Amino acid sequence: MSELQHLGEKKRGATAEQEVVERDYTPYDFRDDIAYLHKAAPGLSVDIVKEISKMKGEPPWMLKKRLEGLEIFLQKPTPTWGGDLSKLDYDKISYYIKPSEGQGHTWEEVPDKIKKTFEKLGIPEAERKFLAGAGAQYESEAIYHNLKKEWEDRGVIFLDSDTGLKKYPHIYEELWGTVVPAADNKYAALNTAFWSGGSFVYVPKGVQVTMPLQAYFRINAADMGQFERTLIILDEGAKLHYIEGCTAPTYSSSSLHSGVIEIIVKKNASMTYTTLQNWANNMYNLVTQRAIVHAGASMSWVDANLGSCLTMKYPSCYLVGEGATGEILSVAYAGDGQHQDTGGKVIHAAPNTTSRITSKSISLRGGRTSYRGLVKIAKGATGAKSNVMCDALLLDDHSVSDTYPYIEIEEDRVTVGHEATVGKVGEDLLFYLRSRGLSESEALSLIVLGFVEEFAKTLPMEYALEFNRLIQLEMEGSVG
Amino acid sequence: MKEPLVIKSLRVNVEDKEILKGVDLQIRSGEVHAVMGPNGSGKSTLAYALMGHPKYEVTGGTVTYKGQNVLEMEPEDRSKLGMFLAFQYPFEIEGVPLTRFLMTAFRAHHPAPAEGSNGKSRVKVGEFRKLMLEKLKLLRMDESFIKRYLNEGFSGGEKKRAEVLQMLVLKPQLAILDETDSGLDIDSVKIVAEAVNTLRGSEFSALVVTHYQRILNYLEPDFVHVMVDGRVVESGGRELAHRLESEGYDRIVERERGRQEVAS
Repeated sequence: MSELQHLGEKKRGATAEQEVVERDYTPYDFRDDIAYLHKAAPGLSVDIVKEISKMKGEPPWMLKKRLEGLEIFLQKPTPTWGGDLSKLDYDKISYYIKPSEGQGHTWEEVPDKIKKTFEKLGIPEAERKFLAGAGAQYESEAIYHNLKKEWEDRGVIFLDSDTGLKKYPHIYEELWGTVVPAADNKYAALNTAFWSGGSFVYVPKGVQVTMPLQAYFRINAADMGQFERTLIILDEGAKLHYIEGCTAPTYSSSSLHSGVIEIIVKKNASMTYTTLQNWANNMYNLVTQRAIVHAGASMSWVDANLGSCLTMKYPSCYLVGEGATGEILSVAYAGDGQHQDTGGKVIHAAPNTTSRITSKSISLRGGRTSYRGLVKIAKGATGAKSNVMCDALLLDDHSVSDTYPYIEIEEDRVTVGHEATVGKVGEDLLFYLRSRGLSESEALSLIVLGFVEEFAKTLPMEYALEFNRLIQLEMEGSVG
Repeated sequence: MKEPLVIKSLRVNVEDKEILKGVDLQIRSGEVHAVMGPNGSGKSTLAYALMGHPKYEVTGGTVTYKGQNVLEMEPEDRSKLGMFLAFQYPFEIEGVPLTRFLMTAFRAHHPAPAEGSNGKSRVKVGEFRKLMLEKLKLLRMDESFIKRYLNEGFSGGEKKRAEVLQMLVLKPQLAILDETDSGLDIDSVKIVAEAVNTLRGSEFSALVVTHYQRILNYLEPDFVHVMVDGRVVESGGRELAHRLESEGYDRIVERERGRQEVAS
């Protein structure tokens, strides 16, 4: 190991040397045979909403919010400005599946089959080694949540959302649904109606959590809808890195993942939210992620979207306090039958706020990536600065990449930059690599890894390795 | 005489224009051959065609190496067979540290054994690192060099050294050097040539494409060939290079022109 550390970029970034460290990357495409405790009949209805709320023993105000959410969902038309949602059949989906009773604080308390799944995914091991805490959600429910004692002692709260609502009803009643209201969009409304699982995190004033917290989302069943709901609050001067990972086995029918993430970053606090999305390619991934960023605070969305048939996801930062900064760094990978419609949204609502959006996309085998982003500088946000960079890499002639940048500026003294590039892998470059003994797919894989290297470098080392490995798995055998 | 490279009447088109018009050349194991000639005579085309660049369309002739029909092989398979081309203008690749590139190529050359051992490459990180450092030292390059992205922002000289570094790491049995000396100062030419010389032996042969005699002072070729207008028109020993250096190509070019006029 000493040699590796010597060569590596300390704790950040992955190099080839590290990649050869013996490690078993289990493929994600496996199914568990589980007898569920409860599985709602397919289709959406008021009854199911009521049933979920009742089973969870929620306060009446939450049921009311849920029912409002359902109403809004039914009223709002399916958006047609992005990916093709016409084949998503809401009647075939199960909106709530409860895999087991209760929730573990140690892995021993988790039912064997489910525990094995997460062991295969490497979660308990990662938790022991480098996480401040870990949560695991299986179908609709969090089956495991644990925070290391040192962080608990410092007042950090890390719970699943149901427990969060029970233990901190006032916080929930005050803040839940204020960052992403049900009426924000059709899928935020759907989530409001059927939400289950997700995390509640609070980091007290001045507490800097130096190790990441991780939540892992696993969908095992077919025709399943997963609607986790996360609320994260960073008090003044606090710091946190939260990582979510998602996988599911492949089925011929579609599943739906529609999470809502609400984050409040108070004065001078600093938050990073990292997503490594690797859903199976039958998944509709329609997620709303938003952060309210107060004065002097910073919010960073780091977003890798590899799986799913359609992802529509635009993490956003509302910079509401002077000097707030927002960053959205994303990578999208679209292969055969995939459309990654991703990007970001930043609203500058205060003076001297800064933002940066960096998007990298890779399209191959007929895949399509779309960058869709909005930078809005509101009246009064003087001295605001924003920079948008979109780089697309096309690996063949029948893949597609498009860009929809929207910029709205209501203030004069601001700086806004936008740059977009589209690159194609040329025959000469391929020949250069092949002349060194690399097959075409190895060569492309190397080029793609290089293309996303700057992104990988922002990840903690373990995740950079995981991310590079995922890219390589995708690329392997991807070329005839 | 073992495992020679045999090129017979090789004809190559680039974008429908005939560049090689029947090249004959034989390189035996252990020999170093230099190919010289004026600009546009087809020297680089010969190098690319031997390695299998898809833009170089072979329209006639044969190339065999180690008894195999090289022309039917993919570039990566030619590489694995022991061939290596040091590019005159190597490509830059964003985000790929030289070390990762070298490791990937090295692993491609040392694949996992077919049976057992969970399919992982046998290459050990520590061993590979040692090898890399040793070769860097030969080229008098700093260790920080391999952390830089492949050829990105490299000076002309650094690019050439990076090519030779790849060659030393992959240890080919047939090295094709396409003007590796051009753009290098005298000291660098010497360092590069000496590094190539470490590969020399009965199992190693090289085809050195160059404009200048100076690299040949250090590489000491066994044979020198002159290409003019897509053909090898004159072959000889080391002394031919010296003669070309003092006389230039004019005499040979004019003689060839005369021949062609007679032929037509």
